[in-house]
Amino acid sequence: MKLRTFKKGGVHPPENKLSANVPIRELGLPDQVSIHMAHHLGAPAVPIVEKGDKVKVGTLIARKGQAFISANIHSSVSGTVLKIDDVTGGSGYRSKAVIIKVEGDEWEESIDRSKELVEEIKLTPGEILKKIEEMGIVGLGGATFPSHIKYMVSDQRPADTLVINGVECEPYLTSDYRSMLERPDEILVGIQVMMRAGKVNRAMMGIEANKPDAIELLQTKVQKYPGVEVVPLKVKYPQGAEKQLIKALLNREVPSGKLPLDVGVIVNNVGTTLAIYEAVQKNKPLIERVVTMTGKKLKKTGNFLVRVGTPTTMLLEALGEEIPEGTAKIIRGGPMMGKALNSIDIPITKGTSGIILMDKSEVPRREPQTCIRCAKCISVCPMGLEPYLLEKLAKIDDFEGCEAEAVADCIECGSCSYTCPAALPLLDYIRYGKTNVMRLQRERRQK
Amino acid sequence: MINNNRLVVSFSPHEKGELEIEKIMWGVVIALVPAFAASVIFYGFHALRVVVLTLIFCIGIEYLIQKFILKVKVTAFDGSAAITALLLAFNVPAGVPWWQLLAGSIMAIGVAKMTFGGLGKNPFNPALVGRAFMLASFPVQMTTWPVPVQNLWNLGADAVTSATPLGILKEGVRMGKTVTQLAGDLPNYVDMLIGNIGGCIGEISVIAILIGGIYMLARKIITWHIPVFYLLSLAGFTGVFWLINPDKYADPLFHILVGGAMLGAWFMATDMVTGPMSIKGQIIFALGGGILCGAIRLFGSYPEGCSYSILVMNAFVPLIDKYVKPKRFGTEVNYGK
Amino acid sequence: MNLLILYSVLILGAVAAGAAMILFVVAKKFKVDEDPRIDEVLDLLPGANCGGCGYAGCRALAEALVKAADAGDISALFCPPGGSETMSAVGKFLGVEAAELAPTVAVVRCGGTREKAPAKLKYDGPVKCALSHSLFTGENNCPYRCLGLGDCVKACNFGAIHINEETSLPEVVEEKCTACGACVKACPRNIIQLRPKGRKGRRVWVNCMNKEKGAVAGKNCKAACIGCGKCVKECPEKVRAFTLKDNLAYIDPDKCIACGKCILVCPTGAITATFTPPKPKPKPQSKPKPQSQEVPQ
Repeated sequence: MKLRTFKKGGVHPPENKLSANVPIRELGLPDQVSIHMAHHLGAPAVPIVEKGDKVKVGTLIARKGQAFISANIHSSVSGTVLKIDDVTGGSGYRSKAVIIKVEGDEWEESIDRSKELVEEIKLTPGEILKKIEEMGIVGLGGATFPSHIKYMVSDQRPADTLVINGVECEPYLTSDYRSMLERPDEILVGIQVMMRAGKVNRAMMGIEANKPDAIELLQTKVQKYPGVEVVPLKVKYPQGAEKQLIKALLNREVPSGKLPLDVGVIVNNVGTTLAIYEAVQKNKPLIERVVTMTGKKLKKTGNFLVRVGTPTTMLLEALGEEIPEGTAKIIRGGPMMGKALNSIDIPITKGTSGIILMDKSEVPRREPQTCIRCAKCISVCPMGLEPYLLEKLAKIDDFEGCEAEAVADCIECGSCSYTCPAALPLLDYIRYGKTNVMRLQRERRQK
Repeated sequence: MINNNRLVVSFSPHEKGELEIEKIMWGVVIALVPAFAASVIFYGFHALRVVVLTLIFCIGIEYLIQKFILKVKVTAFDGSAAITALLLAFNVPAGVPWWQLLAGSIMAIGVAKMTFGGLGKNPFNPALVGRAFMLASFPVQMTTWPVPVQNLWNLGADAVTSATPLGILKEGVRMGKTVTQLAGDLPNYVDMLIGNIGGCIGEISVIAILIGGIYMLARKIITWHIPVFYLLSLAGFTGVFWLINPDKYADPLFHILVGGAMLGAWFMATDMVTGPMSIKGQIIFALGGGILCGAIRLFGSYPEGCSYSILVMNAFVPLIDKYVKPKRFGTEVNYGK
Repeated sequence: MNLLILYSVLILGAVAAGAAMILFVVAKKFKVDEDPRIDEVLDLLPGANCGGCGYAGCRALAEALVKAADAGDISALFCPPGGSETMSAVGKFLGVEAAELAPTVAVVRCGGTREKAPAKLKYDGPVKCALSHSLFTGENNCPYRCLGLGDCVKACNFGAIHINEETSLPEVVEEKCTACGACVKACPRNIIQLRPKGRKGRRVWVNCMNKEKGAVAGKNCKAACIGCGKCVKECPEKVRAFTLKDNLAYIDPDKCIACGKCILVCPTGAITATFTPPKPKPKPQSKPKPQSQEVPQ
């Protein structure tokens, strides 16, 4: 059977799913957590607690900011607020965070901590939307987009399909895969909740063919839910990018500058689905997530259920390992789109899907040579752009030229830099062009 | 700092694919080996002499220019100078003297490539520029083709020369003979496939070139569009006229197999640096090239038009790149299923 | 043969004469009438086309000056490389008062040399400050430190700034700097500032942009401003050139008298100058009372 996929572009980095067979383990509690306020896409949240306040697991500690795109933040531990101070984030820049000293593990009474599956959905679509917003749910695929905004359907902008992203196309990462294997029933109820919130009758779950057991398990379970379909997809990066996923499943292309809702689709990650299930059915805010801890030189790898704000060092300790000799890069996220960290002592955020330790043999970039106009970058770009041209224009600061060449369409997947035979830093300059084009557009709007 | 090593911070992606410039270039050189073998089989020592000398000249000139004149990093051994050398050598007759090869190499590498900035910056195919220069400057030696040698080790200079099939055709038609009358002087298809014909040392054996071409396709160094559309448009153009007047014009199959068409379609037109960037653009490039080649062959004063057709289309490439863009994602408003 | 030469010369000569006449008529007919003052003003300007005045080249500034002079006031326009001398010459020619600004020069406000701010991380990417700044804090982890990749050097049209290999910080060559402001715009961290050259070239400035708390700043760089405030206290009462905001001291160049006292009290050496501050005279020991006193007559 021919597997579906998106036709344009794409590359095949080695999968390296080293932690695929490690079941999810709950990580113990740290001594203190640092929860950043700029935790998600959009405006940072505003803290509503002060030094000395006592909090429980699930207590609201920050309300969403004034802007439309923002989210609530809840405490992931019980204890005392130590201070609200600037804490280093992944790139070394410091930003405001709430630092809580952990005391015990007391949860808010309203949260249902039982493990039973709650299948009956008691809330109306509007109430579900409010619940998602209240509980601070953001996209756990890595983009951390506040999820409630995706469900703001209307008669002018309706949705007809819910797409669940179970693809996990980035190498090394296995948190979604393990969640699908270990908690399929909850995921499927979560899908029902989301279908009701978006007022859709159809849901499609895309899973890459390199996870056959997950596909089989979910295909059997999904039979009791009419309208939900599990679709195996060809293994190709970036299959998990939402525009490419919609193209592969429904053959619809989201137009430039528009969102999936404009083609009638709502896309959410598997991890977000679980978080929505817990938020709506168990009244539990987003306070923990599954993080993959991996690396070729680690003797053991793991998938951990981690409380938000836990220092990354705890994950290594839980594996019983020290940082391997020769570690030269620490990546938060996947190796294709993730961020290289300044140190390992960074708190886990809602968007941390994995931590990868790279050895110095894997790390140095080749010296860039000259563009030989081989056009390989064009053939692998999933958005149909011309990376070699965008790099040339961005290098000479021709931002109007970049705008004309649709640099804003770039999803920053990295396929171009990955492929280039001359090892040109294509994506570096494209990002530079993108930021400046957005600045130009903002300046034009203000005039 | 971790274990006294500094952590590396860079932009994503943090993985790198396997493609490298050197691997691509030497892949093309490997693809040219069958044509090289055919040249040695049919022209013996002379072909070997031409190829080795051009290789030394081209790589040497690039090395000297980079090291002593421009004082930049030396990349003469990355394979691109070798490709230019081989293609230039394959485009000359076996009897060309060494100093003309030197002049051609200086033109190809020094002028057509290095003055524009080196690899990746030249607008015209360097080997073809070298050949065009040699043809204009040394018309006698560049149009004197030794007969293929019967003995591989025949080191003596063969005084016997003949014209290429295209030359015979052009001259014959000009003198009023019909194609059927000339058929006896022209080689048959089998000879053209194998290479037992007069011509420049690399263009004679179609099979050798095809083997190289298929190798490059398998290794994804080139795509099929340019060679196929170039040959199709050449066949189409010459075919139209052959249908109108088969006495005056040779059949399209003859045209595809003879002269520099095969070598040009598979190795010269597919040069990455001087070709268009989008698939649609490459098709336009190839169609234009094939038609031009046919036009020069049928109506121009030169018997062979392949090199000029590609050089002219090279001049159009910036224009093609400006207006023929790849299709962007999100422009198709298609609601499938 | 002679006829051939004669005819060639006549015909070609006629063609040349015809072409010359056409060109002459067209040049006269389509001539753009321009105020001749613009060319005169242009001659007075330095002609570097650096853009420091805010206009696209010296000619554009000359046009603007003539226009402004007709309106009566050219004080809003200023050419930094030309300076007050040029502006007063232009003013004299146009018959209006010119602006008089103290000559300024580019000043790099970072003291994090390789020694004081050792590298803890390794940057692997294109050599461009704007890119490195958007990626992370920098090799020594200070978010305000100069990235040392030379965007300012590339922006300078006069070769007045270059990176010192030993310290990895940029250095300004005062004689070549025209204060056009290109390097100021190019720096993504606002480290370079145009400050008055000062009397006899004496100027003092806080060589740091770090707004973090002292303890945090000090961890990354030994020469950072820790916001201790000693300099504010030391600055003479009449002068009061300092402001301390966000853990960072700042010297107002219009008030500073370049006495250099603040440099001596700064615990980290974050304040620097173009001259060596005079060491304070040792405080006089309390003289022992004289054994005999001259009785005043």
